[in-house]
Amino acid sequence: MKVKVKLYATFSRYHPGTLAGTPFEVELPEGSTLRDLINHLEIPESEVKVCFINARIQDLDTRLNDGDEAGIFPPVGGG
Amino acid sequence: MYFVRVNMTDRTYQVTEVPEKYKYFAGRALTSNVVADEVPPLCHPLGPNNKLVFSAGFVTGTSAPTAARISVGGKSPLTGGIKEANAGTSWGADLANMQIRGLIIEGQPKEKDQFWGLHITWDGKPKVEFFDATPYTKQPLSAVYPPIYEKFGDRVSVCSVGAAAEYGYSNSGVCFNDQSKRPSRYAGRGGLGAVMASKGLKFIVLDRQGAPGVEIADKALFEEGRKKMIDALRTHAITKPKGGLNSYGTAILINIMNEAGGLPTKNFTSGRFEEAPKIAGEAIFETNKDRKGKEIFNHACSPGCIIQCSNTVYAEDGSEITSCLEYESAWSLGANLGISNLDDLAMLNQLCNDYGLDTIETGTTLGVAMEAGVIPFGDSKAAINLVHEMGKGTTLGRILGAGTETTGRVYGITRVPTVKGQSIPAYEPRAVKGIGITYATSTMGADHTAGYTIAPEILGVMGKVDPLSPEGKAALSRAFQATTAFIDSSGHCLFIAFAILDIASGYQGMIEEINGVLGTNWTADDVVKFGAEVLKVERKFNEAAGITKAADRLPEFMKQEPLPPHNTVFDVPDEALDAVFAEL
Repeated sequence: MKVKVKLYATFSRYHPGTLAGTPFEVELPEGSTLRDLINHLEIPESEVKVCFINARIQDLDTRLNDGDEAGIFPPVGGG
Repeated sequence: MYFVRVNMTDRTYQVTEVPEKYKYFAGRALTSNVVADEVPPLCHPLGPNNKLVFSAGFVTGTSAPTAARISVGGKSPLTGGIKEANAGTSWGADLANMQIRGLIIEGQPKEKDQFWGLHITWDGKPKVEFFDATPYTKQPLSAVYPPIYEKFGDRVSVCSVGAAAEYGYSNSGVCFNDQSKRPSRYAGRGGLGAVMASKGLKFIVLDRQGAPGVEIADKALFEEGRKKMIDALRTHAITKPKGGLNSYGTAILINIMNEAGGLPTKNFTSGRFEEAPKIAGEAIFETNKDRKGKEIFNHACSPGCIIQCSNTVYAEDGSEITSCLEYESAWSLGANLGISNLDDLAMLNQLCNDYGLDTIETGTTLGVAMEAGVIPFGDSKAAINLVHEMGKGTTLGRILGAGTETTGRVYGITRVPTVKGQSIPAYEPRAVKGIGITYATSTMGADHTAGYTIAPEILGVMGKVDPLSPEGKAALSRAFQATTAFIDSSGHCLFIAFAILDIASGYQGMIEEINGVLGTNWTADDVVKFGAEVLKVERKFNEAAGITKAADRLPEFMKQEPLPPHNTVFDVPDEALDAVFAEL
């Protein structure tokens, strides 16, 4: 299956050459979870703070479906 | 510690010891209590009976980190209720070092179109001199700060108002210098700039030379607390050097709010802006890197800050367009207007700084004007022209300067994002329910800083709660509002909350710092009680001013129009909104 991925803030270094938030496609085996996606991208799990699937915050055990949009963030804050 | 009262009717002043009642008040607690005690709730905000009150926080001016906040209070011309707005600046630290716990501006001159400045120095106690400021009016603030520094010397701190305040706009802030003498740090919300200008006051220049500094009752305890606070700020991923805020500034939030479907777009018609990544903190960082040939981390707005979140936006030729472009401003003048040209966005921000406008209120006003068809969404050049109209004081500019609600009324628009007359900032209540409760119930009108439930609802700070669910959110907002009223009195920047809400020793450190300064034995429970008392005082003033719980509601369209991408409305029951203060 294919999912659309957006990496933010310091995570753009795991997909260099594009502005943070620019979507790219990743092919994963059926049944993969958010954690599988993060491992596939070689992002250390301990650095991940908030993940979205289709605009909803989800935990790392959440299963992905074909065509899902995932957004992955390190800790961010502001005001 | 002193109270300095300046009477602008006859240009006299009085220095007294701090009255007993106010000995344990500072910052917001002090400004709100003085306003509640001394300002008639039904007075005209721009008339002689309103007062403008300045107070730095408990630990401002000490070596406590990230603690140079100055609170400004009065009756707001925008909301008609009580107002406290605060900013980070050396001006706050200087006022505290001169041992001025409260600076109270009273009265009104009979002379029209004349402006004065105050030059406050230390001469065994605070000393006030008046100077003619009329020649500095009707000019961009970036043009008048250099001659003021030339006149009074490099070491002074400068507070001022811009043309927007001189015209009496309900959208006008009180401006302070940053560390590079830029007029850029605003107590922006609620129109307190116009209150200052209504008193014929253009500048307050502080020269702290010779001042004794802040007295600390228990130095050992203060040091202990300060170290814990420093450790928390240096450790937490959001606040540490080269962490999120230091690298990408507050505009780091553009992408996460967009991802959450909660970034208000094109006058609150969507929670997503397709071009959001182009105006985000990451884009500002990368653009600067391209244009300056190196990575540029952010700077401090005020002395002693560890977080250092203030960015600068550079033009293609490497010159500075503006500093600082905050999340709120990148949103209000960007996504909210459908604008993604970063250079034009930075210019809009700079014009607000130059004319003395609040960036949030300006962006939401232009959003309503775009909805009315005055100019098209996305037209950044036309938006720049409208801000110039505001700065010049044309008829259209004056309508816009009166704020979002007035502009909506003038053009017959129903989608007007305001609560109690003040516009809603950069978090969509239909996608993030807790912050909607804060907007509805805050004593300040719509104000994200009043009870920042975004921390657990979106950012995963202090736990995680579902942003789309209304469950338990009244209690959450109430707790945040009370704690915030205390932090706003401490002198610390609210951003310490990211660290101390996650790191318990940092929270303890804040209490120890303050107990060290005051010689008190306050506990964590006292913090919440103190904050709740401040809220009650503010609430009582508002009720006497005619702002009752009927005003604790979001605009009607938010209950009726589903917001993409979640297609949800604001579904928090009125009873839950009423419970915020009923159970305080």
